[in-house]
Amino acid sequence: MILDLTTLLLLVSAATPILFAALGEAIVERAGVLNLGVEGLMIVGALAGFAAAHATGSTAAGFVTAAVAGAALAMIFAALTQMLLTNQVATGLALTLFGLGLTAMFGKPYEGIKAPAMPGGPLGVNWMIWLGLALVPLAWLFLNRTRSGLILRGVGENHDAAHALGYKVRAVRVAAIAAGGALAGLGGAYISIAIVLQWTEGMTAGAGWIALAIVVFAGWNPWGVLAGAWLFGGVTVLQLRLQAAGVAVPVQLLSMAPYLATIIVLVLISARQKYARGGGGAAPGSLGRTFHALR
Amino acid sequence: MNRRTLLASAAAAALLALLPGVRAVAQTAAPIPEGEKLKVGFIYVGPVGDGGWSYQHDLGRQAIEAEYGDRIETTFIESVPEGADAERALTQLALAGNKLIFATSFGFMDSVINTAAKFPDVKFEHATGYKRADNVATYDARFYEGRAVIGTIAGRMTKSNKIGYIGSFPIPEVVQGINSSFIHARKVNPDVEMKVVWAYSWFDPAKEADAAAALIAEGVDVILQHTDSTAPLAKAQEAGVIGFGQASDMANFKPTPRVSSIIDNWAPYYIKRVGEVLDGTWTSHGVWLGIGDGEVEIGEITDAVPAEIKAEAEALQAKIASKEYHPFTGPLKKQDGSDWLAEGAVATDEELSGMNFFVEGITAQIPK
Repeated sequence: MILDLTTLLLLVSAATPILFAALGEAIVERAGVLNLGVEGLMIVGALAGFAAAHATGSTAAGFVTAAVAGAALAMIFAALTQMLLTNQVATGLALTLFGLGLTAMFGKPYEGIKAPAMPGGPLGVNWMIWLGLALVPLAWLFLNRTRSGLILRGVGENHDAAHALGYKVRAVRVAAIAAGGALAGLGGAYISIAIVLQWTEGMTAGAGWIALAIVVFAGWNPWGVLAGAWLFGGVTVLQLRLQAAGVAVPVQLLSMAPYLATIIVLVLISARQKYARGGGGAAPGSLGRTFHALR
Repeated sequence: MNRRTLLASAAAAALLALLPGVRAVAQTAAPIPEGEKLKVGFIYVGPVGDGGWSYQHDLGRQAIEAEYGDRIETTFIESVPEGADAERALTQLALAGNKLIFATSFGFMDSVINTAAKFPDVKFEHATGYKRADNVATYDARFYEGRAVIGTIAGRMTKSNKIGYIGSFPIPEVVQGINSSFIHARKVNPDVEMKVVWAYSWFDPAKEADAAAALIAEGVDVILQHTDSTAPLAKAQEAGVIGFGQASDMANFKPTPRVSSIIDNWAPYYIKRVGEVLDGTWTSHGVWLGIGDGEVEIGEITDAVPAEIKAEAEALQAKIASKEYHPFTGPLKKQDGSDWLAEGAVATDEELSGMNFFVEGITAQIPK
């Protein structure tokens, strides 16, 4: 009775924001850039998407605006880390704080307004959920079966080698950061437009950090990202539904489960790296390192 | 000591010297002279834009600014997590020269006590806690009185006989609210059942919305909440069920899904306490004010509620305000069937402030 279609729908819906954001971050990290500003990108997407959806009455316009806003904010990060060579960790954290503050200021007029209704899609599932699901195989195909994906991964694994081969490391990374920003913006807008149905300051409440954890849990693989997002979404929704049905569940233990899983995966990854060099699932070789072309 | 720490400590010392009266004011309760500003600090658990709990405390802050104008200066720090970080925020406010600090969430309790011990000349006011010291007062509102009124409306309005409650943390303040609303819903509707979901957060709009969705999926058609955002009301609206404003009026959701609300009005208390610091009469105390004192208000009951139900709820509100009726009046049994209050007996404040059990009839369990 609990594992019915309603639960499944709630699960997939709860997983969608982190799925979008984590897919974007996976692509960014595969290109060798560590962007800790996901939370800031999501909240800016949440506000921009909500504002546009409210102004036009169209949720589609809202999501497009959110993607553009996320990409635009990510460009600040790109300019700082790729052109001015700032530290990626510090810049990413600053981006989160900036996004939260910026939206708190510009979000005031939108408090207490309701979002336009999301149109339903096939099987009663809205089209943003379908888009999220479709992006998983597309991202995998892009990364693993296209030339551009190979170049992107090459830049992430060893930026000096990629540079020596004549690939434009900086351009590839800026493009990846923009794509990641757009996807994080979409994830944030899904929270404000489809889940909470309104704008509230600070509404992403840590979803961006969960997305960052999922990328590691997933071993930087889009299918793993899907599994991670469903694990987080599933645990959240399932424990709420079990509680509502009057089943006594150890909420603390369940809430802890995805984080424990992430730690276990990290241990497995490092063990695999130790015993079998070059095994899959390891972090990209140039992750988080600043690239400065000497020649 | 390297150059950087030397520079930092020099800067800190210079800053301390510049702040008026950081060390000059002793522990005496002397009045603040005219022309000298009293600095008042606040820490909030959520953002001021949550539209609920923290928003209401910030209205209280604005009220003291309006009341005392130039004589005071206020600062607030929002979205302070409960735990170690709260101590950092409180220390920061104390070092910045605030002489009166309001800490507005239950979970700040130990941080307030620790910080207060380090700053004996700073006065602290802690909302909804129970630990006090010479410079730490506590203040609380009898939210359960408001819960009795909206519980009555909920019991009358439900068609599925299932009402849902989104709890934050299983602490006495929340347990009182669940018990009070259930007792009064049952009183007017013996068939009513209550479903309880714990969000383990004061403010997480997405989770609150998911919690509301889970309750609605269980057939609930009236939702009560003890979390701070308006997300459950938005979800209720989408599903065509009703709910209540929590902590703030949440008037944007009138006339439905928000059919009434419990409003925390902190302004009179804040004005009184700031005034006492200004004239030197402030002392530590623990107060617990309710509907009769104007600290807990019931927001307008909209036309979505039939007139006779509205009249019934307002009659109950009046009886609670005049202290003619106490929401926890026996006979009442605990969930396990054991006796709690005998016929006509009322719960003491001590019993309520440590309440860790559900009353008979609630099937949900309090998480251990």
